[in-house]
Amino acid sequence: MGLEIVKETEEDRLMTLSVGPQHPGSGHFRFTIKVDGDYIVYCDPDPGYVHRGEEKMCEYRNFIQNIPHLERPVIHDSTNITYSYSLAVEELTNIQVPLRGQYIRALASELNRQVYTLYWLGIYGIFLGHSTMFMWPVGDRELFIDLLEALTGARVTHAFNIPGGIRNDMPEGFKDRCLRQVAYFEKRLDEYEDIFYNNPLFRQRTEGVGVLTKEDAIKLGVTGSVLRASGIPFDVRKAEPYDVYNEIDFKVQYMKTGDSFARSMVPFLDMRESCQIIRTLLDKMPQSGEVRAKLQPNPKGPAGESYKRVESGRGALGYYIVSDGTPKPYRVKLSVGSFRNMLALPYLLIGSKLADMPSIYWSLNYWPVEADR
Amino acid sequence: MVGKLGDVLTRALDLPLGYAINWGRIWSLWPVHLETACCSVEFGAASGPRYDVERFGIIEAFGSLRQCDLIVVQGTVTRKMAPRLRMVYDQMPDPKYVIAMGACAITGGLYIDSYNVLPGIDGIVPVDVYVPGCPPRPETLIQGCMLLQEKIKRSKIR
Amino acid sequence: MSSNQSKTQNDSNQKGKATESPQTSLSTKTEAAVPEFEASIINQLVTRFTDKVIKVVYVRPGRTKILVPPNEIVNVALFIKDTIGLDHAESVSGTDYPKDDQIEVIYHLSSYSDEKLSSHVLALSTRVDRNDSRLQSLIDVFKSAEYHERETFEMLGVYFEGHPRNDRFLLPEDWADIPPLRKEFRIKGR
Repeated sequence: MGLEIVKETEEDRLMTLSVGPQHPGSGHFRFTIKVDGDYIVYCDPDPGYVHRGEEKMCEYRNFIQNIPHLERPVIHDSTNITYSYSLAVEELTNIQVPLRGQYIRALASELNRQVYTLYWLGIYGIFLGHSTMFMWPVGDRELFIDLLEALTGARVTHAFNIPGGIRNDMPEGFKDRCLRQVAYFEKRLDEYEDIFYNNPLFRQRTEGVGVLTKEDAIKLGVTGSVLRASGIPFDVRKAEPYDVYNEIDFKVQYMKTGDSFARSMVPFLDMRESCQIIRTLLDKMPQSGEVRAKLQPNPKGPAGESYKRVESGRGALGYYIVSDGTPKPYRVKLSVGSFRNMLALPYLLIGSKLADMPSIYWSLNYWPVEADR
Repeated sequence: MVGKLGDVLTRALDLPLGYAINWGRIWSLWPVHLETACCSVEFGAASGPRYDVERFGIIEAFGSLRQCDLIVVQGTVTRKMAPRLRMVYDQMPDPKYVIAMGACAITGGLYIDSYNVLPGIDGIVPVDVYVPGCPPRPETLIQGCMLLQEKIKRSKIR
Repeated sequence: MSSNQSKTQNDSNQKGKATESPQTSLSTKTEAAVPEFEASIINQLVTRFTDKVIKVVYVRPGRTKILVPPNEIVNVALFIKDTIGLDHAESVSGTDYPKDDQIEVIYHLSSYSDEKLSSHVLALSTRVDRNDSRLQSLIDVFKSAEYHERETFEMLGVYFEGHPRNDRFLLPEDWADIPPLRKEFRIKGR
């Protein structure tokens, strides 16, 4: 019998991988990729493993009852997601928040931004196999969580922001504790820069990898640190200041290269800027006053709609709420940063090497629980 | 005759050998890297330097799940995730243990009336220890692991 | 419920116990006047397409909303992108109004490149019939609306013509029920 030489077709060379929900490099999210040797040629994201139906559940609870379950999508940054909701509900129901309440709300938001970025850095360390990069940020994060626990009573799920202000005032001695923590942390940030960002291995793995140009960033509509790493200095706190942010002076940090290294560096620069903002807020805060407006048991307003957005740790988080005059909202839509950044994932992965996948995927700041809502 | 010998041997060796085997199992529980929902943040914090679970032998082995013997179901299990959870559980070798962490894994928790959420994981996998909380503090999770250790100490070799 | 009245941001406190008036940049000092910059955008739209096509729902500081019929939506979107300068879609969502027998699909558009426009969000909305809901997709105009439109198809049942994948996205693969965000889908026990 003669041997037949079988010609290798295009389809034989490609291998399909399912980077699934049980994978140390993907979290609770699945994407299917096809690889040709070492290069990725096709990518298809498949979210929905944590889809809990938040938007539908909002229609069955009144405005105040929605706060606990709405803070679970981004559990480590929970103050910002309820901040945006409270702003939208206050516009619908015509509630005015006292000034001291606004300052403390902004302070909790900045502390949460630090906590979120440290957790993100920690998991980045796991993805790249750098275990110090996991231990140091998670350890420092515990100190901030102590502060937040003294302020709100819980470690991660604070339920601190409500429409009308915040739940309770700062405890005694909080301001000094906060200033001491910020001073310690700024020294630590210099150490982080030395160990993590000036590390030649980290630089080799992230520089020049997954470049997102400025035009593409605008076309794809990405948000947050991904946008600022591609050269566009957009920050909701500067473009459309809410609450007391129009009295705080700070610079929007951005970088121009658009690669993975820039996307890793921008949150770090944001953390430094955030320390300054915390100091300014503590300085300018009125020393006494109410922190919460008096509310009716079931607040409701006239029929209408509102769209408000806030700069969370990940990007612009917007709420579109339609009300029909009853105490329960008619429709609530969350526009979250992860869902918008997901569009850049197939765009950047196609054409890059398989080994670069973790650094591209996690630098896009994607959290599956938030994108699925 | 051989069967009887096997039985006699098992019963004779149960006390000394069983103690050694259980001691080995207790101090090296390796969890699978399967995060289901938001409680994974507290599991990550438990592996951090302050609440160090590594001193109990619980290292998140990032290798394959064929080497692991513990699943910590962290948080809500949706209908899309449920078949995958069962598949992962089936692929693990015996003996295996399950910890249900968080209120959502026990009864559905805050999301009990959602259209896509399972009311508890009792229907899919057999659970050994329930750790309540929303999310449970890392110390509570460590107490849950210690309860699991007590349970393993009392078990017999097969 | 479907008509939205226009109100300014400076409504004085009816339910608040404010010690000092909070300063938000959205509170202008005008009483009932329409803000100028937003009005100029709307005027551009109304002069280009007539009053019959563009119906202005509200004009507030920083937020405006227009309602267009479904067959004109691509032309209006092209004009918004090329001439006015809004360059991406922040979110696409749908609301079910069973009383009017319609579904309202609303696009929130904003701009990154123009500084004056970056604080402004224009809501472009259209209404489709509930029983036969098809709409032209805006994916060629605003690429950032791709996944949002797919999710609206899945959650509300609005079919977007021209979109490459009208498919399952977030729901499980064996979902056999009506789209969940419709009002006749009740969650259990309530």
